[in-house]
Parts: sequence; C-alpha cells; structure tokens
Amino acid sequence: MVPEPEFESYYGRQIIKTPTWKTPDVPLYLFLGGMAGASAVLAEGAALTGNVVLERVTRLVAASGAGVGTVFLVHDLGRPERFLHMLRVIKPTSPLSVGSFILAPFSALSSAAAASCLTGRLPRLGRLAGLGAAAFGPPLATYTGALLANTAVPAWHEAHRELPFLFAGSGASAAGGMALLLTPVQHSGPARRMAIAGAAIELTASELLKRRLGMVAEPYERGRPGRLMRLASRMTLGATVVSTLSGRSRAVSAICGATLVASSVVTRFGVFEAGLASARDPKYTVVPQRERMAARART
Amino acid sequence: MGSLWGRLDDVTGDAGYVDHEPRMGFFTDTSVCIGCKACEVACKEWNQVPDDGFELTGMSYDNTQALGASTWRHVAFVEKPFETVAAQPPQEPPHPTTTDLGLPGMGPPGWDTHESGLPSGEDQATASGDGGIRWLMSSDVCKHCTHAACLDVCPTGSLFRTEFGTVVVQPDICNGCGYCVPACPYGVIDLREDDGRAFKCTLCYDRLKDGQTPACAQACPTESIQFGEVGELRERARLRVAELHDKGVDVARLYGADPDDGVGGDGAFFLLLDEPEVYGLPPDPVVTTRDLGSMWKHVGAAASALAAVGVASFLGRRR
Amino acid sequence: MPGLGTSFGRGGATTNLQDLQNADCILIEGSNMAEAHPVGFQWVMEAKRRGAKVIHVDPRFTRTSAVADLHVPIRAGSDIAFLGGLVNHVLTHDLDFREYVVAYTNAANLIDGAFADTEDLDGLFSGFDPDTGLYDPTTWRYQPPEDMDEDEQQREEELEGDEAPGADQRASHQAARSESHGSGGAPVSWKGRRDETLQDPSCVFQILKRHFARYTPEMVQEVCGIEPEQFREVADALTSNSGRERTGAFCYAVGWTHHTVGAQMIRTAAILQTLLGNIGRPGGGIMALRGHASIQGSTDIPTLFNILPGYLPMPQASQHQSLDEWVEDEEGKTGFWGNVRSYAVSLLKSYWGDAATADNDFCFDYLPRITGDHSTYNTVKAQIEGRCKGYFLVGENPAVGSANGKMQRLGLANLDWLVVRDLQMIESATFWKDGPEIETGELVTEEIGTEIFFLPAATHVEKAGSFTQTQRMLQWRDKAVDPPGDARSDLDFYYELGHRIRERLAGSTDDRDRPLLDLAWDYPVDERGEVDGQAVLREISGTGPDGAALSAYTELKPDGSTACGCWIYCGVYADEVNQARRRKPHWEQDEVAAEWGWVWPANRRILYNRASAAPDGSPWSERKKYVWWDAEQHKWVGRDVPDFVPDRAPDHVPDKGAKGPDAIGGHDPFVMQTDGKAWLFAPLGLADGPMPTHYEPPESPVHNPLHSQQGNPARRRLDDPHNPVNPSFSEVFPYVFTTYRLTEHHTAGAMSRTLPYLTELQPEPFCEVSPRLARQRGLEHLGWATIVTARTAIEARVLVTDRLRSLRLGDRMVEQVGLPYHWGGNGITTGDSPNDLVNVTMDPNVYIQDKVGTCDIRPGRRPRGRDLTAYVADYRERAGVDPQHPTNGGTD
Repeated sequence: MVPEPEFESYYGRQIIKTPTWKTPDVPLYLFLGGMAGASAVLAEGAALTGNVVLERVTRLVAASGAGVGTVFLVHDLGRPERFLHMLRVIKPTSPLSVGSFILAPFSALSSAAAASCLTGRLPRLGRLAGLGAAAFGPPLATYTGALLANTAVPAWHEAHRELPFLFAGSGASAAGGMALLLTPVQHSGPARRMAIAGAAIELTASELLKRRLGMVAEPYERGRPGRLMRLASRMTLGATVVSTLSGRSRAVSAICGATLVASSVVTRFGVFEAGLASARDPKYTVVPQRERMAARART
Repeated sequence: MGSLWGRLDDVTGDAGYVDHEPRMGFFTDTSVCIGCKACEVACKEWNQVPDDGFELTGMSYDNTQALGASTWRHVAFVEKPFETVAAQPPQEPPHPTTTDLGLPGMGPPGWDTHESGLPSGEDQATASGDGGIRWLMSSDVCKHCTHAACLDVCPTGSLFRTEFGTVVVQPDICNGCGYCVPACPYGVIDLREDDGRAFKCTLCYDRLKDGQTPACAQACPTESIQFGEVGELRERARLRVAELHDKGVDVARLYGADPDDGVGGDGAFFLLLDEPEVYGLPPDPVVTTRDLGSMWKHVGAAASALAAVGVASFLGRRR
Repeated sequence: MPGLGTSFGRGGATTNLQDLQNADCILIEGSNMAEAHPVGFQWVMEAKRRGAKVIHVDPRFTRTSAVADLHVPIRAGSDIAFLGGLVNHVLTHDLDFREYVVAYTNAANLIDGAFADTEDLDGLFSGFDPDTGLYDPTTWRYQPPEDMDEDEQQREEELEGDEAPGADQRASHQAARSESHGSGGAPVSWKGRRDETLQDPSCVFQILKRHFARYTPEMVQEVCGIEPEQFREVADALTSNSGRERTGAFCYAVGWTHHTVGAQMIRTAAILQTLLGNIGRPGGGIMALRGHASIQGSTDIPTLFNILPGYLPMPQASQHQSLDEWVEDEEGKTGFWGNVRSYAVSLLKSYWGDAATADNDFCFDYLPRITGDHSTYNTVKAQIEGRCKGYFLVGENPAVGSANGKMQRLGLANLDWLVVRDLQMIESATFWKDGPEIETGELVTEEIGTEIFFLPAATHVEKAGSFTQTQRMLQWRDKAVDPPGDARSDLDFYYELGHRIRERLAGSTDDRDRPLLDLAWDYPVDERGEVDGQAVLREISGTGPDGAALSAYTELKPDGSTACGCWIYCGVYADEVNQARRRKPHWEQDEVAAEWGWVWPANRRILYNRASAAPDGSPWSERKKYVWWDAEQHKWVGRDVPDFVPDRAPDHVPDKGAKGPDAIGGHDPFVMQTDGKAWLFAPLGLADGPMPTHYEPPESPVHNPLHSQQGNPARRRLDDPHNPVNPSFSEVFPYVFTTYRLTEHHTAGAMSRTLPYLTELQPEPFCEVSPRLARQRGLEHLGWATIVTARTAIEARVLVTDRLRSLRLGDRMVEQVGLPYHWGGNGITTGDSPNDLVNVTMDPNVYIQDKVGTCDIRPGRRPRGRDLTAYVADYRERAGVDPQHPTNGGTD
C-alpha cells in the first residue's frame, strides 16, 4: 500500500475556505444551465430542419431551465435582494461576471423564442431570438467549468482543462436525454445523437481528469463524491449503450433519456462535493504545492 | 485592466490610479510576537467586528481558530519540540489516516507515541529541564496580494484596489455571491453567516485616509506588526532576516515578500520561524487567475465542441 | 516592598521599564512579563534586539519563555534556593564587583557577636521566640563604632536591657512596620564598625559566604529541579554581564511576592544584584513589576492598614501617645528619612488645615491608631466571628480575587452591611444568591442578614485622575466621557459621603466627632457636582506658607507652615503645573524622557544613581555613564536627576554626629538608608531574618533539604476552621499547584469575562498539566478535571502540554498543576474560582498569601451540592487534617 504523503499542517485544519455556495442550489444550477444551453442548440437545429415537435420541447426546456436556474442562483446569494448588482460591471477575470452576462441574455432570448414558438406569434422575431439563444447556449453550458476552476479549490482548479468539456458533455447528454424523455421517437433522433456524443465527451473528460490530476483526483474517487461520480458514469454509460442498441422503443428511449438527465444531475453534485472535500483537507493544498516547489528546485 | 500574473511593481497604478501614494502594507515579524492578541482586540474594537464564538479549542492558546468574516487578525500558536536529538523513532509506521512527524496534534507533539525532545530520549523521568520546546506565535492577516484572486473574481465590483494598493470590500455593494471565498489561496475572506456579505481586513482604510496607522499595528506592543510602505518594509525585513541568521536563528525566513512569487508578492508579508504550513499558510500560493487564459481557451474549445456536436446531430438522416 | 526597602531604602522598583533596553542581560523570574506586562515587555524585546540575553525562570514555559533566550523550569516557591545558589556562586568564585561592594554596601560592617545564623541553629536565626513566632532583632545589629556618641551609648543600653520599654510590642511594632520601609530604610542606631578588607569573620561579607555555602548547584537541583548545566548557564550569563562595562536587570512580580517568604525572595535578588554592582546603573537594577494600573499609587497613598501616605507608619495605640513619640524613632537619623517630622506634620496639616496647630500636636490625636494586625485576612476572620460589621469593597472582588474564597464569602455573609462600588455586578455582590456556598447549602440566601448596597462606579475614562504605575510614574488622565446613569467616581463618592457624615455630626459636642468635623474638606466642585481632581493632586503635592505650590520635599517644614498630602509626591504640582500631565513625545526627548509624566522622588528615573559613578565620581565606564561628578561646576550632572545631595562631593566625609541629610557621605548612594549603604545583611526591618533562607511553602510535597525547619518560622497563620492547611508530604495531596494570569483576562474577571472580545480569546477556565501527570491520573486533553485541596474542590478543562515540565528533585519527580485564576460565577464565561483552593498563610512582613500549595487532581467534573462538601471532607480525613488544629498543616 502506498503510504500517505507526509506533511505538516496547523492542527489538521484546512488552509483555504470551503466554498459557501449552497447545495442543492449551485449543483442544480450547473445542471440546469448545461441542459438549457445545449437544449437551445438542439432547438435551433430542430427549427432549421423543420422538426417542430422537437423544437417545441427543446425551446421549453431551454427557457425553463434558464429560468429555474436563475431562481436558484438568486437564492444562493447571501443578499438575494441585491442580485442586480451582478450587472454593475462586466469583468472578464470573473467567470461569474461573464456568466451573468451570458445567463441574462440567454434567459431573455430563450424565453422569447419559447414564447413565440409555443404561441405562434411573432415567428420571425422568435426565430431570431432562438438563434441568439443558440449562440449563447454553448457558452452557458461551459463557462461554469471556468467558474469552478477559477478558485483555489484544488479538485476544481487543477481540473480547469477538463471541466469545461465535462460540463459540455454533461449538458449535451442532459439536453438530449430530456428531449428523448419528452419527444416521440420519430422526432427525437438528433436528440439521441447529441446525447450519445455528449456522453462520450463527458466520459472521456472524466477519465482524463482522473489520470492527469494525480493525488488531487482522489476527491473524485473517494467517499461520497466518489460514489456519486461512479454512479453517474455507470448511468451515463448504461443509458448510452442501451439507447444506441435499441432506439425504436418509446419506453426505452424515455427511460434512457431520464437516466441521462439524472446522471447529469448526479455528476454535478459529484463534482461539487469533490471540490468541497478537496478544500476541507489541507493535504490537497499543501502536498501538491510542496511537490511543485520541489520540482522547481530541481530545475 | 491590468496584468493578472507575474511581477508587478506598481500595483496601484496598474489598477488605474494616476498620481498615487506609495503602496502601504504590513510586515509581521513573528520572531518578536508575544502572542498577546492585542491586534485581534484592537481590530475588532475599531472595525466593530462581531465576536466569533466562544469555544475552547485545545489548539494551544488559539481559541480564535482562523481568519474569517468576523476575525481579521488571528494569532496562531504552535507548540513544537526542538528537532534536536530525536527520541527513538516510533515503532510502528505512521498511522494510515493521520500524518506524523511534527504534526502539531491536539495534545502536545508526540505525546502518545514517544516522549518529546529529551536529551537522552528515554522516559521523561531521567531529567528535568526543557528538552527544548519552541512556541511559535504569529498574527495572521489578509495578505492584500499584488494579484488578488478575490478581487479578480468579484462580479459586482464590490472588491476593489484602493489608492494605497490595498484590497477592500465595499459592504454596500457586496451581494454575498461567495465567489471570493474559495478564490483566496490563503483562506482569508468569508461570508458572515447572519449577514450574508463577505468581510475581511480593510487594512483600516478609514484610518489610512486620515494618515493614521491601522489599529493592529498601533496596538502591537513589541512592533511585531509593522506598518509602512511596502518597499521600505521589504528592505527592513531582509535586514532583519540577515540579522537573525547572524545570531544563529537559521529557521527565520520571509513569506510573501517575493514579488516574483505566485501572487506577485503580498502587501502584508511575514517573517516566519518554520514552514508556512505549520502556521496554516499555503507553502506555494498561486493566484488562480494565472490560469485564466487557459481556462477561457478551454471553455471556448468546449463550447465550440458543443456547437459542433449540435450541428452534427442534425446531419445525415432527417430523423 | 520591604525586600527592596530594607535593602536600598525605598520599597519600589529601582529603575524603569524603558531602561531595560540598556541591559546586557535580563533575568525575569517570579514574573510572566510578556503575558502580564505586554506593553512594558517591549523594552525587553528592544534589549534583546540590541543583543541582550534574556533568561526566564518559571514553573511553566510561557509566552515570555517563548521569546527568551533561555527558559529555566523551576519548582514553584523554591526561588530562594536558586537565587541563593547564584549568590554562593558569585561569592565562591570572587565574581562580585568588588569596588562597588566595598564602597557602596554594608559588606564591610561587623555584626554583633551574639548573632547566630540558620546554619548554626538548623533553620533559625538568633532571637526567635517560638511562642509568638516573632524575632527579636537585637542580636542582628551592627557592632557599634569604636567611639560612640551619647545618643548611641544610650541606645546601646536600651538594646542590652531586658526591661527595654515595650519589648513585647517592639517586635510586633517591628513586623507591622516592615511596610513602612517603602520610603526610608529601617533606622539603625549607628553606622557601625567596618572592615574594608572584608576578611573579619563577623563582617557581613563573610557571614553571607557562610550562610549560602550549602547552596551548591547540586542543592539547587534537589530543591528546585534545575539541572546543574542550566544553573551554570544562568550564573555565567549574570556574572559575565556585570562590572564596569556591562549591567544586568532583574524583573519580578507576584511569582515572588505571593509567598510566605516573598519579601525574602526579593531580598535574595537584591543581594545578588548588589554583589554584581547593578543597582543604580543604566540597564541594571530591579524592576519590581507591579500589576494594576495604579498599584504603586495604592501603597504611596495607601489603602493599607499600617501605613500613611509616603510610607509613614500608622501610629500604634500603646506606643505613640504623642507626635514626638511617633517620630522619635526615626527623627534625626541619618539620611533624608531623618526629616520625618517635617513630612508628618505637613501631612497632618493637609488633613486638618487650620485646626492643626503646634498647640494641639497638629491634631496628631485625631489620627486612628492600630492595635495589632488589621490586615485583610484577619479582617475576614473578624467578619466571620461577628467582630467586623461593615465593609466597603471599592474596585475589589475578594470572592474571586482573594485567597480562600469560601472564607471571604462567609465573612461577607455575616456582615451587617456591605457597600460594593464597581463597574460590573461582581461575585462579591451576588454571593448571597448564587455563590458556591448557596449550591452546597453552607449558606442559605434567606438566612443571610447582610444589607448590600451596589453603587455603579465610573471607569478610568469617565473621570480625571492620576495613575502611579510600576516605575513610580504618575500620569494624569483627563476625563474623556461622562459616566453613564448614576455611575460616579470614587472621589465624588467619598467626598459626598464625607459631607453627609459631617452634616449628621454638625453641632456635636462629642470629642469623638472632632476628627471628622475639623477636617479640611473643601475641594472645588464643578457644575456637574464633580470634584476637581487636580485640586486634590495639588494638595497632595503640597503648599507653602503663602499657599503656593511647593517644588520639592526638601521644602517641607516641621513647624506647620507647610502642608503636603504625600511627601514623596511633593513637587508633582511644582510651579502650579500638573507635572503628571506632561506628555512630551519621546521623539522630542532623549531616552530618559524626563518630560513625560512625573516620577517620585523628584522625577528621578533611576534610583540610587550616584552608584552609576565610581567612588571618585567618574563614570564606571563610557558605555554605562549615567550620572557623574562635575568638579568644575561642583555638582552631580548627567542624564537624570541625581539621587543625591546635588553639591556633595564624592569624597565628602560627614562630621561625627551629623544628622539627617548632613550625614550622607560621598560614598553613600543609598540616601534613604540611615547608613547610606545597600544592605546585603539587613539588621532591621524584616520580620523573618536579616538574610534569606530557603523554606518550603506551607503546603509542600517535599521535606526542606537544607534545614529541619520546614517552613518560614515567622509566617503568619490564620487559625480558623475554614482555613485548614494540607499536611505536607502527603500522598493524598501529592501535586504542587500554582495560580497565574493570562494576558487575555484581567484579575477577578469583571473587566474581561464580561466582554465578548476578551471572552472569545480564552472562553473557558482550564488547568495545565504535563503529559506525565496526565498519564498518571488519566487526564484527557480538553476533558474535565477536579482539583482538590483541604479548602474545597473546583473543576476546570484540561490542557495537556509539554510547557509544564515534570521536575526531578533529588530522586523523586514532582508534578505541578497550573491554574489561571480569573474565573468566577458572573459574566459571559463562568467557572469555579481557583482562589477557592488557596489557603491563607502569610508573609510576616506584608501579610500576603502564598499562591503555591499542594493538591490532588482527578479526571471528571466535581460533585455538586452537598456531595461537594462530603467529597472535600473525605479528602481532609484521609490526609489527616486535624479538625482541632486545622491550620497546623502537620509540619512545624
């Protein structure tokens, strides 16, 4: 058995602060933002290819995902009544600032597009809005990777290369999965393809993360976060395989879709809690930094 | 906008100030700290910071525990035996879930595995006298980094760089999003639970505006906390370390004084008598924003991939 | 205080905190200076920065030890053995500063042939009366000079005579007078015969050598638990930092004074510093660290039963029937103390103004007299026995802050009336409803007849006044804010009280009321009704025949033309300026900074500074020059006010029979001593011996290795069933405990445990134990422990720490339990009071208790209610406490 690394600490106390972001608010927002963003892309594709049924579902998912996500974000604030302060400045160094200026237009645009789509009114403006939402969609689904990574939290910061892809994939499989759940099989083909592609990206990113991070990958593999991550991988893999093999049955399709959606939720909780765990143990701050210093000293 | 990383000699100018005062900060020389905690009390009195809980921790004389939203000066205490003649090494390998070798545990160091620091290494019953104990004491504070992650990530503009080069939170703007909290590599800033907003040391911005000294530096009886221009403090600190080395205190070293370090050097830096992590400080802190460029690049790539996936999902058969 | 008073002539710090920065070596013992005097400690840090070696001798490794160069763990209460060992080292190896010792001390004086030392009498000096527990110091006196004058011959006869008047009272007179040597050494009858070669077997130097001969490093190890290598390191540091070019300073506090041998501990330090030639020199001296903000002031303008302002002794009922009788012992003696009549009369004039005239002895009869020991612990005993009916507690909380808390509270419960003036509702005011005795049932609220008045007091920022702190410096404070609500200053309270009492007594023909009615009670009062404090300070400083402010105590007259409330403060209002209010910043002055505040006497910052120059008047060295003789100007000059007759040449020999200041010779730096010398041997002034001897504390785990006389034979016991003493060397109480302070809390806690900012720093009461003791008794870090003595049992959380050392004394290990004493039942953080554990056995010179005792310690919380008293009773029985003689302690 590899012995635990030796290091000193101040009475075993953590060095960095544990994020104060609330659960389930923030993990759910990550999920909703990812699903909504990818859903907007699906919606635009559906509109361009005249797949009205798919378009209607995905527009609704995009708009309501952004809406509910925004509610969670506001609730997570220490001073929710001051949520508009997010729009005081735009700071590229702050993914949260950038994200506010992605989420706000996306919410507006996707809501307008969904409204137009569902009521049939102002179709041209609705399409324009939909196009805009689709442009903001991928950023919405992926900026949260930078949001988590741009902290001192070891499990997040060290994973800054993989997290955007992990979230992109997770968002795609969630959007696709939600569409599979809510759309008849004859219209959900693209959704199924997006779901499978998303799953592949997600699983690959997850695997790369664990291999590259070394010791800091532990929080993703141990304890509760580890269990969540493993559960999510299995759900994703299972649903993907089943969906690939039997795409015809509405029931199977729905179950696979629901599974993919659930898996996306579980993934976000897993990543979130892995971060918290890496903040709480000083080992993950001290040991990698010591190793980095040692490496510098050798060169 | 300024630079995000690397050496930055004029942090205040980089923040947009044109004709500005020299950068002000703290040099905390822990070799003369007597652990009196006057700094903690003076800070709370001046800034009307609420009390932070009453709990006997057993962490030596440290019942304050850590910096936070309601503790802006925190005195750390570490009781360490001298690593002179080691007592015979412990018989069993280190316990798998704990770390050993000098970890300041809840009891005195090594008290349940071997006697600490006695000349002959046997049972304590051989001799009186100090086997040799060190009691490290250090007043921790917000570092007011050159590259301050908290400031970089604040989405409302509440955190800003003052004309003195310090970093301050504006409580009337902060909406408690909490992003600054995990961004800080030193674990300084936090949200105040019953209030919702983020709070931290202001380096007594109001006192600085009146040409006064921050409360903690004013109160410190041994001048462990020294306030002044950062450049001048760094010079003073270098001389002090040299002086201590001449006296044989080889363990003395500066922390946060190097403008080439991971945060560009701290406006509030320290002279320590042991490794940083012994005091609860990160050994090699790096401002998270250093990797921001890479982060956005990967976000862009992932977003593009998602868009491509979206397109590809509709190619081929209509269904 | 008498330790320094008898050694040097004034009972106060010989130097000041700022001067510590000039020391080459600093010994801190009996003090945890960094924690208890953090602001003053900055000067030790400055000295260290300049290269000084800092040594901390303390039972615990504290925050002072953490920044010292050397920490020496010592068994609490064994300091005389350690310091005596250092004295022996110096004498054995001839490491004393010989020139200084010969010229400036009484080393050369010959002592009476009948004198017998503790080495001769197995722990006693000659003259001990075992029935009274008192010493007759007649055999300790100097041998008379070859040619005696008339006065001296008469005195000799008196001393020789068995029927000397008031012989039985002389001794108690002597004991109660120890405190009076706060300013003015004990008056010896003559300067005596001297052998300047220091060879005569009966000279002080040789007596000292013999007395300390057995205080070897091995003995130090056996008594104190200090390893010989550490002992030698300290000895080398002290001796190599003395002499012409280098000086060392000592700092001490209640770690020395709170012992039954406290005054003698200080005496040992004084002897050591004198042998090393450090007194009166920059970077030298003894820094007596007094704790409370104005505690020096509280003995200068005293709240003690046996002294009056300026350390004039309180008259004794049987001995002093007139003013003449009162001053005759000291009047005319050599040195400045010889002018005592001027000081006394001026004091009486300040009290009774125009009513005091030469015809009525200046109202001397109005002064109250003492009849014995009225010290605080005896007063408490009197309260319990119903002899003392009323009590004022003014900024004092004896239920927590005094030894044997139970006795304090039982006393309070038996009063007719009690007045408490304080900032917070202290435990001494609430004992009747929630004190520990209510819990045990020893007291029942409904049965307590004491009528208690609580009056809120103004804090120090809500009133104007002066503090006199540890370096004898008076600093005036202006008022910053008005006191809230009904809170008033003590000055206003007592002035108003005086008015009301006088109103009640107006028109009375009873002689007994005259002292109050004839008082000069007329301070100016402002529109708020607040007394003008500066007027009081001016009265204290003194006024001349024309009513103008005086400048120096040399202006005081015995004929009633001057009035002065405290002769040592004379001059603080010189030139009608409040000198104590001066605040010239240090960057506008030199290091001595004479224009900040005002120091008694006469703004001298280092006392006895004539000794900073050689006998010929030149500085000992360039590096250590301070005050020296300028032959051209024919006066003493330098960096401070010379503590000497300004124009007295260094080679001046006084005329035979000269009196008062005229008797001060050029080689007599210790101007308040009747012989002008520092006393290595104190022929008078201390109740328990002319030289210090190691005695064990009243409760001790070990036998005294030096003598069969276990404890201080002259110690004052408080015989009372509520004050049982643990039998020594008892297996039932095998551990030593000592109490101490934390930086974060203040005394009995009313000013700190009621504030969140301080409470959160140390939020719960705890005890500190070594890992070995924790293992022995099964104590867990952060767990609970019960600590027991014959008085009671308390509980506290446990901190197991290496900073408490197991000590090897000879062939046994001794463990110590450390207890911060700040806790009581009221406040944010509450707990049991460690002072409830402490027994009352007192130093015979100052009536101060010993804070060291023995105890047992067990894991777990203590029993509650009646179970607690049963638990303690069981311990007493097992330890063999004799219920008939509980204070005996089973030793001598």
